[in-house]
Amino acid sequence: MTQTEFLNIVMPFKDKVFRLAKRLLVSTEEAEDATQEVLIKLWNNKSKFEAYKNIEAFSMTMTKNFCLDKLKSKQAQNLKIVHSNYQDHNTSLQKEVEQRDSLDWVGKIIEDLPEQQKMVIQLRDIEQYELDEICKMLDMNNTAVRVALSRARKTIREKLTNTHSYGIK
Amino acid sequence: MVLNNIEQLLEKYENGETTLKEEQQLKNYFSQETVAPHLEMYKPMFAYFKVNQEEQFTKTLPLKTKRNFNYKWLSVAAVAVLMIGFYFKSNNQNDLGTYEDPELAYNEVVKSLAMISNQFNKGTSTISYLNEINKGTSALGYLNEFENSKNLIFKPVNQ
Repeated sequence: MTQTEFLNIVMPFKDKVFRLAKRLLVSTEEAEDATQEVLIKLWNNKSKFEAYKNIEAFSMTMTKNFCLDKLKSKQAQNLKIVHSNYQDHNTSLQKEVEQRDSLDWVGKIIEDLPEQQKMVIQLRDIEQYELDEICKMLDMNNTAVRVALSRARKTIREKLTNTHSYGIK
Repeated sequence: MVLNNIEQLLEKYENGETTLKEEQQLKNYFSQETVAPHLEMYKPMFAYFKVNQEEQFTKTLPLKTKRNFNYKWLSVAAVAVLMIGFYFKSNNQNDLGTYEDPELAYNEVVKSLAMISNQFNKGTSTISYLNEINKGTSALGYLNEFENSKNLIFKPVNQ
């Protein structure tokens, strides 16, 4: 398999891999490294591509496992991943600042969710996968995915309602 | 009516029972400018999902192709080189030139044969020293006389 063929297969979902990694690892750099790692692993095993039914789902599972491993080792080292990728886009409009702020709130709320709910929200609400696909990727059964999804959505809504109505955390 | 529908969808959504299509409907609704005031808190949520969908992986991938050298081709190349070498070499040897005039050819042959015999004689003259060895061995022949007379006196043991 040539590089171009490989890239053609990988291109459509490499961003999804990256976003899932970022959801779990928070930091952009860490997520980039993780994505790179996952894709290189795929590249090195390209001879076995025919054996995999769904390369995209397989890659997502790989990413999940890789990131969870990474998180585990980080916890063991007592290193905290800090989110420090603030960008300044010079938006002076009050409205836009507010909008951005409330988006940040959602991000922070999701960050506080348990890992499993984070992944389910990421895969369903952002990447828009079917429930069955998510089941395969995360190795969970249908009900468990549904429950995790429901809990995550309710938590986000509750916390957002609080911030919205009181302006406090 | 639309609002009613959205509220129903939201409830289903929170129970995790909506289909992707219905979720898209919700997303479309909340991406509008004006949203019912009591549903305002959902807006950032769906907006966040939308924004996050667009994030891209921009880092380049260092894909290395392992080129394993094939030794089969090395042998093929070696054979080709050898064959080319033989071809040119044999071509050069075949072309020594010929004499058109028979007399001239005869003279040349005689000349070269004379040279060969001359060199040959040189070689044999060095071998002539071997005659000295023959002389030496013939002198040793006298020892046989001594042996004969000794046998007359002492009877050989083996007989």
